[in-house]
Amino acid sequence: MNNIGRNSFDIGYMDTLASGDSPLHRLDPRAKLITTFIFIVTVVSFDRYALAVLTPFFIYPIVLIALSGLPAGYLLKKVLIVSPFAILVGIFNPLMDRGILFHIGSIGISGGWVSFISIVLRFMLTVTAALILVSLTGFNAVCAALIKFGVPKPFVVQLLFFYRYIFVLSDEAERMVRAGSFRAFHSGAMGFKTFISLLGNLLLRTLDRAERIYYAMCCRGFDGNIRIIRSMRITYQEIMFIFGWGALFIFLRYFNVPLKLGTFITGLLK
Amino acid sequence: MHMADALISPVVGGVMWVATAGLIGYSAKKIKEEGDNHKVPLMGVLGAFIFASQMINFSIPATGSSGHLGGGMILAILLGPYAAFLVMASVLIVQALFFADGGLLALGCNIFNLGFFPCFIVYPLIYRKIVGDNPTQGKIMLGSLIGAIIGLQLGAFGVVLETVFSGISELPFRTFVILMQPIHLAIGVVEGLVTAAVVTFVWKARPEILNAARNSIPIGKLNIKKVLLVLVLAAVIAGGMLSWFASSNPDGLEWAMFKTSGKEELESHESVHVSLAGIQEKTAFLPDYGFKKSEPETEAKPVWPAVDSGTSVSGLVGGILTLMVAVLIGLGLRQRKNAA
Repeated sequence: MNNIGRNSFDIGYMDTLASGDSPLHRLDPRAKLITTFIFIVTVVSFDRYALAVLTPFFIYPIVLIALSGLPAGYLLKKVLIVSPFAILVGIFNPLMDRGILFHIGSIGISGGWVSFISIVLRFMLTVTAALILVSLTGFNAVCAALIKFGVPKPFVVQLLFFYRYIFVLSDEAERMVRAGSFRAFHSGAMGFKTFISLLGNLLLRTLDRAERIYYAMCCRGFDGNIRIIRSMRITYQEIMFIFGWGALFIFLRYFNVPLKLGTFITGLLK
Repeated sequence: MHMADALISPVVGGVMWVATAGLIGYSAKKIKEEGDNHKVPLMGVLGAFIFASQMINFSIPATGSSGHLGGGMILAILLGPYAAFLVMASVLIVQALFFADGGLLALGCNIFNLGFFPCFIVYPLIYRKIVGDNPTQGKIMLGSLIGAIIGLQLGAFGVVLETVFSGISELPFRTFVILMQPIHLAIGVVEGLVTAAVVTFVWKARPEILNAARNSIPIGKLNIKKVLLVLVLAAVIAGGMLSWFASSNPDGLEWAMFKTSGKEELESHESVHVSLAGIQEKTAFLPDYGFKKSEPETEAKPVWPAVDSGTSVSGLVGGILTLMVAVLIGLGLRQRKNAA
């Protein structure tokens, strides 16, 4: 399987995860969407030197992963794959900001390192929250929630189309690349000319396919809407989920639990 | 060049979210008004095409690196600005959700950088002006190439501004610009060449596709002023609301949901300072680009040496302990789940 196959496999795998069955999977997608947002906004609202205060927030992804049985190792691997940009921009902090913030023993820790590690923590928290959202909910349910939130229909409908055809077109692209590589005796990466005619042909096929899909859908009575059979209900559980987590996030935002704990422990050691 | 949640502040993320949401609403309204049911499946399938095509790479001679199709520009050429903007937003949403490429809060920034510039600035003001009503191969190539380069330059500049306004990264404005723009010039040239070649390929094979795309949106119908008005209004409302929330809270950067009673002394020191820095950044940033450079000295010293270093070490110890407790809770829950 080449790169392309792996990518669409990845999306398919996350949809498989979303079809799992746990109380968290069964929650209304709207509840999960709102809670994820409260979480992300709370995490990024800390100032740039926030370090220890961020750690209690790991409770959210950890508890969700534990309760739903999502594969933690797989999610962690995905987080690592996308980390370069944040790390690249963050790594300049230690160079720019050399003011010493505090000492551990005789080693001075500069503000830059503190803010760099803070960026890494934020990154891990926000990215895992988003990945958990989709692997607990599934893309179609997220779209259904978007419609309920009042996102314009044409946008959501084409989003659903888009999602469905990712798999078809990725497969098609994969077949074309494989065929090309057979004919070139696996001579390594593709040249510009081959690449363009391959891409151009894929595009032409895509346009024809869109046409056929449209006519087929007209035959089946397409009127610009896609109807999703899934009843969504906000019950006691959803309200508990949103307000429980929301209250915890806001509590952790305004009370520095790790500092209290640390002062207590170091006090004992003295 | 996807922005990440970890690098933006809630105010920047929020403003860009509202601006982007406004644009999506406006574009969706336009699509609805066109009343062309045909377009919606076409948009979805073309989005999937962009997605799939980004997985195909070609090798760039003599560099060892590889390039692929970017998207915004070619979508605008094939679909017109409104539909292209919606498709670009969808591609970025799927990338954010499944590949964690750019975060959820940063989604507004990313859609703006990669969607707004190519669709609403470059396509009508550059590509259409160059190509005109009687396209030739040369004009199409030139328009796509220049369009893609300028679009990417604007997008990269957007990333720089959003990062600097957020103030999480220490990179000074000037350094960041010097880093970002040339890199994206190179990327833009590659993307421009690919876009130009693919559009020419389609034009040669099936000229009617491009003609149909051009005719479905006569240039007079695209009201740039209206688009900009929607954008500015959305941004002003969002900015105004967020800054009102922020200023009614000494914490500066976030909305005031709760009163900050019983807060740590250390924290309030820091917060007042952060909000001051925020104001300073907003007011002093544009007239003087050099401002950021001197910030680390003026900022870190007055606040932190005042802090008893014992407190910071306690914070660190506490943080590590909290993390361990969180992991233990998780392991415990999973064990209970497996046992059940």
